[in-house]
Amino acid sequence: MTEGQVPVEEYKTGNTEHKWDLKKIKNAHKILAEYSYKKREIQKGYANHTLYVNLSTGEIKEKKVTEEMKKKFTGGRGFGLKLLWDSIKPTTHWNSEENELIITTGPLCGVTQYPGSGKSLCLTISPSTDIICDSNVGGYFGPYLKFAGFDALEIQGKAKEDVIIVVDGEKGKITIETAPKEETDSHLLAEQLTYMYASEDTDKSRQKISVVSAGKGAEHSYWGCLNFSFFDIRRKVPRLKQAGRGGLGTVLRDKKIKAIVAKVEEFDGVANNPADPKILTRIGTKLHKEIRDLDRHQCNMRTVGTVHLVEIMDEYDLLPTENYRFGSFPKASKIYSPKFYELFTQVIPDGCWHGCTMACAKAVDAFTVMTGPYKEQKVTVDGPEYETCGCGSNMSMWDPLWILEFNFYCDTYGLDTISTGTAIAFYMEMYEYGILNKERCNGLELCFGNADATLELMHRIAKGDKGEFIQVAGKGIRRVKDWLIKKGWGDSQLINDCGMESKGLEYSEYVTKESLAMQGGYGLTLKGPQHDEAWLIFMDMVNNAIPTFEDKAEALHYFPMWRTWFGLNGLCKLPWNDVEPANNAETDDPSKVPEHVQNYVEYQNAVTGWNVDKEELILQSERCYNWQRAMNVWLGRGRRKDDWIPYRSMGPVTELEYNSRKERYDKQLMEQLGLSEGEVEKMNTEEKIKLLYDYRQDRYQKLADAVYYRRGWTPNGVPTPQKMKQLGMDNPKMIKMLQQKINEDEKAGLNVWGGRYNKGKKPPSNDHKYWEKW
Amino acid sequence: MSLEVNGRTVDWVENETVKQLLKRVKYTFPLVVVKINDKVVPRKDFSESIVPDNSKIAVIHMIGGG
Repeated sequence: MTEGQVPVEEYKTGNTEHKWDLKKIKNAHKILAEYSYKKREIQKGYANHTLYVNLSTGEIKEKKVTEEMKKKFTGGRGFGLKLLWDSIKPTTHWNSEENELIITTGPLCGVTQYPGSGKSLCLTISPSTDIICDSNVGGYFGPYLKFAGFDALEIQGKAKEDVIIVVDGEKGKITIETAPKEETDSHLLAEQLTYMYASEDTDKSRQKISVVSAGKGAEHSYWGCLNFSFFDIRRKVPRLKQAGRGGLGTVLRDKKIKAIVAKVEEFDGVANNPADPKILTRIGTKLHKEIRDLDRHQCNMRTVGTVHLVEIMDEYDLLPTENYRFGSFPKASKIYSPKFYELFTQVIPDGCWHGCTMACAKAVDAFTVMTGPYKEQKVTVDGPEYETCGCGSNMSMWDPLWILEFNFYCDTYGLDTISTGTAIAFYMEMYEYGILNKERCNGLELCFGNADATLELMHRIAKGDKGEFIQVAGKGIRRVKDWLIKKGWGDSQLINDCGMESKGLEYSEYVTKESLAMQGGYGLTLKGPQHDEAWLIFMDMVNNAIPTFEDKAEALHYFPMWRTWFGLNGLCKLPWNDVEPANNAETDDPSKVPEHVQNYVEYQNAVTGWNVDKEELILQSERCYNWQRAMNVWLGRGRRKDDWIPYRSMGPVTELEYNSRKERYDKQLMEQLGLSEGEVEKMNTEEKIKLLYDYRQDRYQKLADAVYYRRGWTPNGVPTPQKMKQLGMDNPKMIKMLQQKINEDEKAGLNVWGGRYNKGKKPPSNDHKYWEKW
Repeated sequence: MSLEVNGRTVDWVENETVKQLLKRVKYTFPLVVVKINDKVVPRKDFSESIVPDNSKIAVIHMIGGG
């Protein structure tokens, strides 16, 4: 036991206990399909098989993983893309029969020697965006899926009634079973199934079960997340981590899957059968020590998780408040990390996979629920994480207990906290302007800071309330914007400028107005505005380390490649650059954390037996990144118009916003647009906003130009056949499709740069069809 | 009588330490790498190191975010 750790037998959460007749519930199951398979060992990180389940036909089968598949797609998210490409059509929508829900692992997933090695990557066609959404998640399911014998689980079709899919790695058996009597909400369902499928009535046995589920909210909204459970052996509670973004839980429930259960036998630290366990142990031990010794002086994740970011974002004017109008707020200190430190249960290690010293998955035990169907029950709330706190500030909620309540219901209802919080913040701003009102909101007074109305909205969404607003509200900002404009209830430009979504996905919780690179980090992305491609705000806005368009484009190439790489391998991003070696400052490029980059080279080689260098790691990502963009093009998207971002993310939309930072913006008009002090003084705020508006829109287009060029795409954002061939992604069907799309764009006059280039400024290339010379 | 801090001009203050400068420019994030004229100042020396006039300061915030 480590310092401060509580013995397993001694800790009690104080949560409300549930008594279920699990035998009766299980007896109501009817086996619809079953499949037995030969159990086998993992070889150098790969199970070498994927599992295919079709809920419409009952077909269950294994697919072999070829060496070619590993070479081109590496694993994890890459495997997911390959499986989707083989199975869907360009006309597939999120609720089409052929849409798939895919859960993947990655060759390094399941390692216990190196921190942060338990991530699953989930993919589907998203209800929010109608393109591929990928989302990563901790918890035990991914590693267990692999230990049960599969690198990925691919689910197609739809069941006729509620089912569960059981991957029993103990018996080597897959079943599809009806599940009519189980609960739907995740905190209950995960507990029921964990106890139901454990081989023995022991906590050790329950620890070998992991459940994927989504609650009632996922059934009635586009914000459905997937909850991945891990049985916390000290708390004796199945805890939940979320694959939050893009409506994966909505797809799960549309397929009538109540849950997916994975079960494993004994496993140990070398269950992945690494090629060189000694190297793995060496680099893992070094990082464990680094985290243990230095985290408390750096980000303090081991104590407060990611909420340490709240005070930093507030101090640097980046914490979204009142729908991203402002980046800081006088009341923000009420939700700083020390407030949550007081609430988190501190004496228990909190890793969401074995061997993670970072242990950032904090939790509050015996939280008394204040509203809704679980009112007065005592529950464990996982988190909150920074993003969930940011949702609180965005809705102007400054009570840590309220944020816990919001977090609990989002999780158990299967709602993504980010989409839910960001969308409601937008509805609140519309309410403030009178575009929405109590009558239009089906009786809810949805103004900033109205805690009761917000929870009531969530409860009504989860119940499937038929109110017109409730129905559209749960489909997210893009649908609500269209609805408001169609109703003629407000100025369409104001509505479009304030609604913080891109591609149909809601923004995560950072104010980007003063960081052009981060605007690109949200807009010039594959799935939409999620910070898991590139988080460049400090590098750009504060460090001023990437001043030119070319510098920003390089960063928007390099950093997404790293984040992609974690997704290909089943790793968490946090141990990369949220802790740094003591001598990192003395290295040539501290922001890239060179020692950790070298770790990843050695790590992948040690598990797979390959002999790659750091350039090859980037290439692995580049192959899959371009493939995903190409698939978006195939699905009819993935062009410059789809990388549009709302103006609120670029600059001040309203006079209130401008005047709140008047000195900053006036200075920019002088320094960046060349106006004199006298000229600025003579202008009214509306005129100043208009000038900034045009200037910043143009800068975003110029950034897109530089980024597309750097990535090897056309000026309309299409990956070129030449680039794909260079990367070895030369699938003839894909190459032919891309050429056709480029020809169509050419005909439509779309292969042109988006920025305005005058006064001697040049676009990235003056050669029309520059890519044909590559 | 000025400094360049992350490419922006800032007034120089006599006998100001690195720690005081960071406070003045509101760089409150604790995990920063500070370089004065390309030379790293160890974190333990922030309270003692005096910032010379006309120097070029890089304050690299080591934050991965998200």
